[in-house]
Amino acid sequence: MLVRPKPGILDPQGEAVLGSLRQLGFAVDDARVGRVVDLELGNGDREHVRAELERMCKQLLANPLIESYEIELGGDT
Amino acid sequence: MSATAHEPKPRVAVVTFPGSNDDGDAVLALAGLGAEPVPVWHAERELRDVQAVVLPGGFSYGDYLRAGALARLAQVMESVRELAADGGLVLGICNGFQILCEAGLLPGALRANHSLSFVCRDVAVRVERADTPFTRRCREGQSLRIPVKHGEGCFFADAELLAELEASSRVVLRYEGESPNGSVAGIAGIANTDGNVMGLMPHPEHAVDPLVGSTDGALILGSLVDAARESLAEHAAV
Repeated sequence: MLVRPKPGILDPQGEAVLGSLRQLGFAVDDARVGRVVDLELGNGDREHVRAELERMCKQLLANPLIESYEIELGGDT
Repeated sequence: MSATAHEPKPRVAVVTFPGSNDDGDAVLALAGLGAEPVPVWHAERELRDVQAVVLPGGFSYGDYLRAGALARLAQVMESVRELAADGGLVLGICNGFQILCEAGLLPGALRANHSLSFVCRDVAVRVERADTPFTRRCREGQSLRIPVKHGEGCFFADAELLAELEASSRVVLRYEGESPNGSVAGIAGIANTDGNVMGLMPHPEHAVDPLVGSTDGALILGSLVDAARESLAEHAAV
């Protein structure tokens, strides 16, 4: 799960990182800092797993007022 | 004969989560203001015979994920929710405010300070509403000096929510001058629609003794104790 500050919401961490990257001489236009949550679930029906992950994001992993999220499903292991 | 000598004291629960660190000061402050503080561990299910509950400051669960996000799932929060629904008084201070927002008992969210710095200093806040159970000892427009100490105190509400908060006069406290954390509209404390749940970033429990510079915090916690005492008397009369 990738959780990011929503567009338009000031991201002070991103701004600090942006400033530091520029200080190092990199030409960067913008930086946003979010978080990655890696979860392992037993192999199951992919649609069911995706629906579960959606619920996890809505109920806990992201705050919908200030954060957006993306779900990436890996392969079976 | 003093009427207060035999009057029962209002019971105010103070919840301790793993990582709370202002629970002790809250207990001391409430006791000094005439309440009977009731320490409650987060894993307890029940709040027994209390008229009010205080969620104190600190760093519950290390502020992991988001400040307050994990604490809102604590067992005791079910009882806090029930107390609030029954019209009981709920005050969230700093981390307690963050928990109330994450729990949906108050709207909005608290984010990292714009400066990214932890701020720890006295600030001046203006009382916007003196008719709440938490500010009745104050005057509207009064300036209070109370310390803040937080890294994630930037209150965020989107334009729609902010308009709603302002229209319904639910902003109870506002920072005077520049806000220490970048909160929208300088918001330092808000109440719910019914007015029985309030959250604020400043720490009234750290400002009840002249030894530390200000006793303005006693106006807030004293208001809470007064309201809790009234609620106790009303229930006793039934």
